[in-house]
Amino acid sequence: MNFTLRVWRQKNGNDSGKFVTYQIQNISADTSFLEMLDILNEELIAKGEEPVAFDHDCREGICGSCSLYINGRPHGPKQLVTTCQTYMRSFGEGETITIEPWRAKPFKVLKDLIVDRSALDRIIQAGGYISVNSGSAPEANSIAIPKPIAEASMDAAACIGCGACVAACKNASAMLFVAAKVSHLGLLPQGQPEAKERVVSMIAQMDAEGFGSCTNTYACEAECPKGISVTNIARLNREFISANLFS
Amino acid sequence: MSWFLKFVTSSVGRKFVTGLTGLFLVSFLIVHLTGNFSLFRADNGEAFNVYSHFMGHNPLIRVMEIGLVLGFGIHIFTAIYLQLENKKSRPIGYDKVDASANSSLFSRTMFLSGSVILFFLMVHLTNFFVPHRVTGKDVVDGTAVVNATKLDGSALLASDGQPIKDMYISVATAFKNPIYVAIYLLGLILLAFHLNHGFQSAFQTFGLNNKKYFPLIRFIGLILSIALPAGFASMPIYFYFILG
Amino acid sequence: MLDSKCPSGDIKNRWSDHKTNLKLVNPANKRKHTIIVVGTGLAGASAAASLGELGYNVLNFCFQDSARRAHSIAAQGGINAAKNYKNDGDSIYRLFYDTVKGGDYRARESNVYRLAELSVNIIDQSVATGVPFAREYGGYLDNRSFGGAQVSRTFYARGQTGQQLLLGAYSSLMRQVNEGTVKMYERYEMLDLVMVNGYARGIIARNLVTGAIEKFAGDAVVLGTGGYGNVYFLSTNAMGSNVTAAWRAHKRGAYFGNPCYVQIHPTCIPVSGEHQSKLTLMSESLRNDGRVWVPKKAGDKRHPSQIPENERDYYLEERYPSFGNLVPRDVASRAAKKVCDEGRGVGASGLAVYLDFGAAINRLGKEKIKEKYGNLFDMYEEITNENPYELPMRIYPAVHYTMGGLWVDYNLMSNVPGLFVLGEANFSDHGANRLGASALMQGLADGYFVIPYTMGGYIGGTKLEKVDTNHPAFEEAVKSVKDGITKLLNNGGTKSVDYYHKKLGKIMWDYVGMSRNEEGLKKAIAEIKELREDYHKNVRVLGEGEEVNQSLEKAGRVADFLELGELMARDALNRRESCGGHFREESQTEDNEAKRDDENFSYVAAWEFKGLDSEPVMHKEELAFEYVHPSQRSYK
Repeated sequence: MNFTLRVWRQKNGNDSGKFVTYQIQNISADTSFLEMLDILNEELIAKGEEPVAFDHDCREGICGSCSLYINGRPHGPKQLVTTCQTYMRSFGEGETITIEPWRAKPFKVLKDLIVDRSALDRIIQAGGYISVNSGSAPEANSIAIPKPIAEASMDAAACIGCGACVAACKNASAMLFVAAKVSHLGLLPQGQPEAKERVVSMIAQMDAEGFGSCTNTYACEAECPKGISVTNIARLNREFISANLFS
Repeated sequence: MSWFLKFVTSSVGRKFVTGLTGLFLVSFLIVHLTGNFSLFRADNGEAFNVYSHFMGHNPLIRVMEIGLVLGFGIHIFTAIYLQLENKKSRPIGYDKVDASANSSLFSRTMFLSGSVILFFLMVHLTNFFVPHRVTGKDVVDGTAVVNATKLDGSALLASDGQPIKDMYISVATAFKNPIYVAIYLLGLILLAFHLNHGFQSAFQTFGLNNKKYFPLIRFIGLILSIALPAGFASMPIYFYFILG
Repeated sequence: MLDSKCPSGDIKNRWSDHKTNLKLVNPANKRKHTIIVVGTGLAGASAAASLGELGYNVLNFCFQDSARRAHSIAAQGGINAAKNYKNDGDSIYRLFYDTVKGGDYRARESNVYRLAELSVNIIDQSVATGVPFAREYGGYLDNRSFGGAQVSRTFYARGQTGQQLLLGAYSSLMRQVNEGTVKMYERYEMLDLVMVNGYARGIIARNLVTGAIEKFAGDAVVLGTGGYGNVYFLSTNAMGSNVTAAWRAHKRGAYFGNPCYVQIHPTCIPVSGEHQSKLTLMSESLRNDGRVWVPKKAGDKRHPSQIPENERDYYLEERYPSFGNLVPRDVASRAAKKVCDEGRGVGASGLAVYLDFGAAINRLGKEKIKEKYGNLFDMYEEITNENPYELPMRIYPAVHYTMGGLWVDYNLMSNVPGLFVLGEANFSDHGANRLGASALMQGLADGYFVIPYTMGGYIGGTKLEKVDTNHPAFEEAVKSVKDGITKLLNNGGTKSVDYYHKKLGKIMWDYVGMSRNEEGLKKAIAEIKELREDYHKNVRVLGEGEEVNQSLEKAGRVADFLELGELMARDALNRRESCGGHFREESQTEDNEAKRDDENFSYVAAWEFKGLDSEPVMHKEELAFEYVHPSQRSYK
């Protein structure tokens, strides 16, 4: 297959950046999107041009490293997959593919398609944990957790922290990310003692980082590669309101 | 009160206030529409004029009117604030956005639909509220506001003997004008857009999204978003096309 | 002869006795001790968090943009623990026994027993941190049997157990960052170990955003930097997984233990073409219902549905009637290679065998199969564009885990004082072959429950002189790192880093892969040397040092792989026996099964670096088996 690529190139955080167009030929339909970029990079190196920088690691859709806003959508055209699991057969022959970095105020571009997502870590630092020291845990089966609760918690815990929700949201809101963690921990009895403090601190940090607020377009849910539901955002809202107004 | 300020200025708190005032405004729309149906009585506007006089003079309603103004004011203020803040969250935008792939048009255009509704509201107030409560002069044809009469031609009086102003004739005049009819219909279509997303969105913001009953909330939102604007739209249509 | 410092006495009491004998550090003094932890996988994150909780001043490094992305996150299957919740006869001793046997009698008994002992605490700790393990309807934890184990001792969180365990450790780590005991350095890559008077006292790391070469001093250095499977270019490891931290420590004096022990996982999706950058694992659980076969006739290119039953060779069922398709990973992998070498492989490349669910679908119905393996089938279809409900899956072995690593004693300290190595980066607990669901267990045991004690023992029991980054040793290390980078950037060659990495991978796969022999290994040593020389002459690394430069990052890692590969071949050459993941063609039974040689090779080979131009020196640690007596594994 052949494609025209419009790739965002930016030398570093201070550079203003621009789109550069590349032609790429003879790509097998079974090539993954990132492998297609590998091939482009090999061609660029052969020509003495600097390869395109992009974040990636596990290439099996679980580490959350890969990003890329492809033809107007985070993680490309297919739902429920990350960029690394997107294959070129999802694109049309001869198609022009526009590749941009995640855009949000807290996600500063470091180079080309690489952005700084450390704001998400800082939100977790604000309260996305259960305070238990190594060695002080009780016997695991001392608390029974109803299966549906454990399953709902796991559904939320599946978040890979890639930031596609932020990238997709027209307000660059990180609500789905925060909500996934609030739900994951808040649903479990172990997470209950800190539930109120957790939601308040995490929201405060999210606001301080400069993420936008949620206007319920649900673009995040539609683009989340792990299918995290916006019902988690409702749970977050509920817990936040109750923590602020009723306690 | 610092906890309250902290709450309402947080991102979630701002949305909460927007949603709460939004639902309050929906309740107003329902009352407003119900009263307005008296326009369709074939009584030369008598019932409508009595109703509008009551709304304009009852002390309890006057107090509630302040609440309504506040409701509008806060809803508009928080919406603008939200919009400005949210714009700041993405200083550099995308070159290519395929938004229709992941979200509804209605949900993405709340600020736009809200702005058009606000414009419509201004027109609406200028049409009826301003002449009847402030200037005493009709905006559409520039004539003075007149007192209402009954079907038999006698003066329509309130319980305290005061004459009742003829709001009905103002409505009829305005809705004979195609420009006004067009503005009203446009405003109401955007109201439909706004309600379609806004109603269910408010419940999501309150945290009342649950797999079991949220479909019902969405359904009610859909019904309201069609029924309310359709109900209001029936009035200009009735006056322009049927009484025309 | 190396001293493992294992305690003696009844194996049941060794760890508790040892803990009692370890020195302690005054709580008020802990914050005065800086500990450098490199890596944020299960081992690194749990270690950094636990040491932070104790009050040490911890500096934690990872090359990823977030600690949560370490490759532990990709582990699918589960984690073993001897809880015996199923009442099916499991015990600490049985887990210990299975692990020693599974490792083909090349692991240290004391370590393995401790691992089995701590396995139960790991589950408690993980549940407390919020890991949403699978539960039964009564609300209690569920278990499954995994990797051919005869008891159900594997805890799991759907197919994402590694992710959930890592997020548990990561959240504890983030809590310590918030408390100020741990300082995170993301997008930093360790490029050298700093030795002061024979002690590990710091590291040199490159800030991957600014390119700055920075110095960090501490009282001890802990490496939890994972395995080196990417030496094969194609593996199930993440693209960034590398040996650099461990290798540079090796070059500073740390011994590398058993580098030839590599686990090759039998059920991966086969390579589809030259463009392929990594391999994807399909859970081993598929072998519970799938039947492995190839055509009986070599070169039979017919569509699988056209090949009648009597022309199919269900070779695992045939050769291993009692275990059938569930033979251990190393056995299944070698058998697949054998049939492909005979020209009976399937698919376009001929490097694949079928894993057929036809019989299972007929027996259980499509719905049942979908319920059990639906997500795996979807993943397979996503990658290959073939529907496994209709066509048999094609699978082939791929490099998955490395049992070898830096040599450590019972305290997880290398032969270099102050340098500790945890998780996959060390050589320790799995011997020559790792059992399924044991890697997660080891990473967390090391980080949550071993290092907090043994670190205290080291710090409390060692007179540490005051050292800061102004010490000349830091300057020397910075210079050596900078020289290396400058050399790569100014090399001006013509070929990309990946070009060499792929070539190295091919040599490793062909000669140091599933089956090894003397001739091939010697050839590999010569070819790797040649390739390495060519690399340093002709590699082209574009861009600058003082910015994000992914080619430069890769170039450094591949340079290390080019050195490690040779050591792996040397180790494999030295070990003239077949054991676990290491199969020497010269050492097999009459029916071509692996033949261990306990008389001559019951030892750990720990290699000392002597410069690239000199041969490494091997140090032996003899292995004694007091509890589990070696016998030849048989799965017939």
